[in-house]
Amino acid sequence: MIKLGGRDTDVVLLDENGKRSDGRTVNETRKVTIKAGVLKNANGSAYIEFGENKILAGIYGPRDVHPKHLSNPDTGILRCRYHMSPFSVGDRKNPAPSRREIEISKVIKEALEPAVILDQFPRTVVDIFLEILQADGGTRCAALAAASVALADAGIPMRDMVSACAAGKVADTVILDVNNEEDQAGQADMPMGYMPNLKKITLLQLDGVLTPEEYKKCVEVGIDGCNQVYEIQKKALEEKYFSKGDQ
Amino acid sequence: MSKDKRYVIPGDIITTGPYRPEQNVILDGNKMIATCIGLSDITDGAVRVIPLTGRYIPKGDDLVVGKVISHSAMSWEVDINSCYLGILPASDVFGRDFSSHANDLTEKLSNGDLIAARIVNFDRTRDPLITISGRELGKIDSGELIKISTTKVPRLIGKRGSMIQMIEEATNANITIGQNGIIIASCENPDGLSKAIRAINMIEEDSHRINLTDMVKKMLESSD
Repeated sequence: MIKLGGRDTDVVLLDENGKRSDGRTVNETRKVTIKAGVLKNANGSAYIEFGENKILAGIYGPRDVHPKHLSNPDTGILRCRYHMSPFSVGDRKNPAPSRREIEISKVIKEALEPAVILDQFPRTVVDIFLEILQADGGTRCAALAAASVALADAGIPMRDMVSACAAGKVADTVILDVNNEEDQAGQADMPMGYMPNLKKITLLQLDGVLTPEEYKKCVEVGIDGCNQVYEIQKKALEEKYFSKGDQ
Repeated sequence: MSKDKRYVIPGDIITTGPYRPEQNVILDGNKMIATCIGLSDITDGAVRVIPLTGRYIPKGDDLVVGKVISHSAMSWEVDINSCYLGILPASDVFGRDFSSHANDLTEKLSNGDLIAARIVNFDRTRDPLITISGRELGKIDSGELIKISTTKVPRLIGKRGSMIQMIEEATNANITIGQNGIIIASCENPDGLSKAIRAINMIEEDSHRINLTDMVKKMLESSD
């Protein structure tokens, strides 16, 4: 058999009982917790723990656009900055924006754009700041999920929330929510962003090789994961806004 | 809570069928979808969501409290706690015979001054135009500044101003509420002032409670 992607490793990614390296089953996500409204100075914020990932999201805006030439007289614009702290990974990460961070900023922005309704705020910008405090694979999904909660917290009008989760393939098996080990040694990693009520995919990337059947399975599994994340996002917002007793 | 009033988050389907989408609601096919966190409300075939969060969006005829941040030859720019700056034309203050040579704008209002103003006109193409000619409008010389969330201003005012009237009567304070969430309170009696401020903060904090009016009343009547 031809080996498709993946590096040689001595980690057992999937044992004979169907358990993964961190003890999860094939279609189980890591533990996700989200808290909305954690920053006082931002207009909206959220903190997410996605397994070992720890990410802060802050939203500013709608506000004046600087530099002015970026502003659009017809609609508001979205800007996104995904940044990994120097201490977020094992070896110190250079805090200057890397090629990878610029890419992720762009895909997260584009994954949120179909959801936000900014034509009510022409000539303004909504700034999204995503700070990765600790990274363990799948940060772009976790960051996207946090950004969406933070946008809702800031009161930016949205057609739908955007939830996110990755699917992938290790040991020739399609799995949900790829962690760092599985990303490094596995055969494929497919992060997805999804609008659960509109049932539309807003982010889909694929690193690795999948057969058409595996790809279909991955999309299915990924959407299932997104729906699970959506429930947690919902809970986070409900906790902040609706839990204060009676109405 | 009644069936028509429900907590919603963005993307929630409020109802389906022949309704009219209003504030913070969009129509997708025959589904009415909420676009922000809030309370959904269906009245007379119209669906809207009363927001629980968000920034101030200027609206014609709103009373706002703002800070002068700069001026050009013809107008002042006023920070009205929104995503847009308020524009106060110099002719509004100096009258029709305003001349940019003869009059110095800083004579009347300088940077950092607080003003109570009314939004004259706002459309998406230009920054909101404001005026300070009118009763209760103009420069604010004294008072205590309180900032609350814009979404809680209607609660502070109450039905036909009942809440704010109650506070003013109980404390003898004079309170100017800007729709943009900035409030100026002044009172000759320092105890009354501190009580009014406490009442306002209480409304901001507990705005979701049904018995808020009674709670505020109790607090105002207590002696300390």
